[in-house]
Amino acid sequence: MMAKFLKNRELLLVGAIGVLLALITWRFPPFVAPANLARVYNDTSILIILALGQMAVILTRCIDLSMAANLALSGMVAAMLNAASPGLPIPLVILAAVALGTVLGMINGALVWKLDIPPIVVTLGTLTIYRGLIFLLSDGKWINAHQMSDAFKALPRDALLGFPVLSWLSLVMIALVFLLMSRTALGRAFYAVGGNPHAAVYTGIDVGRTRFSAYCLSGALAGLSGYLWVSRYAVAYVDIAAGFELDIIAACVIGGISIAGGIGTVAGAVLGALFLGVIKNALPVINISPFAQMAISGTVIIIAVAVNARAERRKGRVILRKAEAV
Amino acid sequence: MAETQLTPRHIPDRLEGRGARLLKSWESLLFVVACLIFLGNSLASPYFLDPWNLSDATFNFTEKAMIAFAMALVIISGEIDLSVASVIALASTAMGYAVQLGFDTPALVAIGLSVGLICGAINGLLITGLGLPSIVVTIGTMSLFRGLSFIILGDQAFTGYPDSFSWFGQGYVWWVFSFEFTLFVMLAVVYGVVLHKTNFGRAVYAIGNNQTAALFSGIRVGRIKFILFLLTGLMAGLASICLTSRLGSTRPSIALGWELEVVTMVVLGGVNILGGSGTIPGVVLAALIMGMVTFGFGLLNVPGIVMSIFIGLLLISVIALPILWRRARRRLAH
Repeated sequence: MMAKFLKNRELLLVGAIGVLLALITWRFPPFVAPANLARVYNDTSILIILALGQMAVILTRCIDLSMAANLALSGMVAAMLNAASPGLPIPLVILAAVALGTVLGMINGALVWKLDIPPIVVTLGTLTIYRGLIFLLSDGKWINAHQMSDAFKALPRDALLGFPVLSWLSLVMIALVFLLMSRTALGRAFYAVGGNPHAAVYTGIDVGRTRFSAYCLSGALAGLSGYLWVSRYAVAYVDIAAGFELDIIAACVIGGISIAGGIGTVAGAVLGALFLGVIKNALPVINISPFAQMAISGTVIIIAVAVNARAERRKGRVILRKAEAV
Repeated sequence: MAETQLTPRHIPDRLEGRGARLLKSWESLLFVVACLIFLGNSLASPYFLDPWNLSDATFNFTEKAMIAFAMALVIISGEIDLSVASVIALASTAMGYAVQLGFDTPALVAIGLSVGLICGAINGLLITGLGLPSIVVTIGTMSLFRGLSFIILGDQAFTGYPDSFSWFGQGYVWWVFSFEFTLFVMLAVVYGVVLHKTNFGRAVYAIGNNQTAALFSGIRVGRIKFILFLLTGLMAGLASICLTSRLGSTRPSIALGWELEVVTMVVLGGVNILGGSGTIPGVVLAALIMGMVTFGFGLLNVPGIVMSIFIGLLLISVIALPILWRRARRRLAH
């Protein structure tokens, strides 16, 4: 029973988040008030959306280091569109951000698919290119709150049935990606390609095309997050979300998504992101300096990997067990 | 990264089977690029060819290149270390703290190097001891080490380094050659010899090509990987001494984002990110190219971030060109 519980990463994570919440409540009871928990969820929504995209990419044995740069570029373009023509309907602006994000993701995907360049190299390259493009586009200038229209800023904050639209959007994305992963051929292909690319080829799956689709998905979600980010914080500049790519990967890793591909669930990605979100929101209220945040999330990542590593180890005919261990 | 661990290793046809001839052509490609950039720089600005300017230009890459040498070995062995920039920050913070306590230059150097070694040892233990994937472990330690600097420093900065300490980042050894550049040259030779002329170097390639086979042939895979992570830690400590001395202050955001620049330098130098191949001369050339591009753009008043577009394009195209070239030639042959 216990062993089974320990093997189920999602349950383990739920348990870990429960323990975390209990510890926080012990020091600061109001934290678990429903309204505050809803606020924490809302704060984590963007990370959740991004983690869903990163999950698809990691499942296919790739990695997308350019997600945060993609977010920043799409967000900047959305903000510039809004600043240039405030009358443009917000859905169109969002559509533009998502479209741009998808195109940027397609560039990653095409380079991985058609040129066989290792994903880490491709996205390392596009990461710097996308960031540079923001500078070229914006001339290094900030777009501030007063340059954005009220409708642009209001959308993620508007309440719908008591929750902000931002929270609802992340729930919709979770549902959509869950359906994609569990009910479509493409979702199955993600797992198949990551689990064993060679076997996937023999079952008629186009490995390159599947990876391309994963990058399109991560790009589209990054584009959507770009709009959400700049409208929520009401500012756009070159360095927004700098370094956030590693938070996204960390959320996936904590959520039990194997960096070696093929293993991971939507629930895991969401819970991983929530775990980071709870920590981030709890530190200030229990009087731990926010400066400690990085050190704590780093420790959490290491512990999470150490816990996950056991389950992740590949089974197979191993003659010398030590050889596979190192 | 994932590929290194699981797929039956696809043979990097860029290097193997066709032998050193193609390897040389990779480096000659880099050499040509370097020459073109040098030429472009000297045409673009009359100030470029001044020896003091050229000497100043070396600061753009020497510190990153020190780490890149050790990183090249780590990547050739099929692993990666993303925590190096955070090690720089932590070592610099420790040295800054020691300054407040009144320590002098020799102690500072010892502290910087030992912090680097300790961080490297932590990475090495987690990766080889527990058998965890290095990309994830070093993302974790990257937050951890940087976070420790933030805890110690907050939003403060440590200054007040002794005058003698500034020699490491600002001193000249011989005419226009700075201490840092001299160190870069010496390290290039040492790493070149270690990687290309010793059993240790051969073992690093063997591990990168097939870890299991390497273990069966008697190579102590775990121990060698541990040493490699010690080396990246040590080099990050060394770079931290140079950088801190050059800037004369420590902030928790010091060297932010350098890990990606170091990896870019290594990959641009022709080291296969999946492990198993790459050379030190390639890394040296890549360091020179990246340094000259930064400097040239600086002379033309192009902002640093625009240079990053160029570096990104260079990275992707340098990797893509040989692939496209091979494909075109195959098509012609048919």
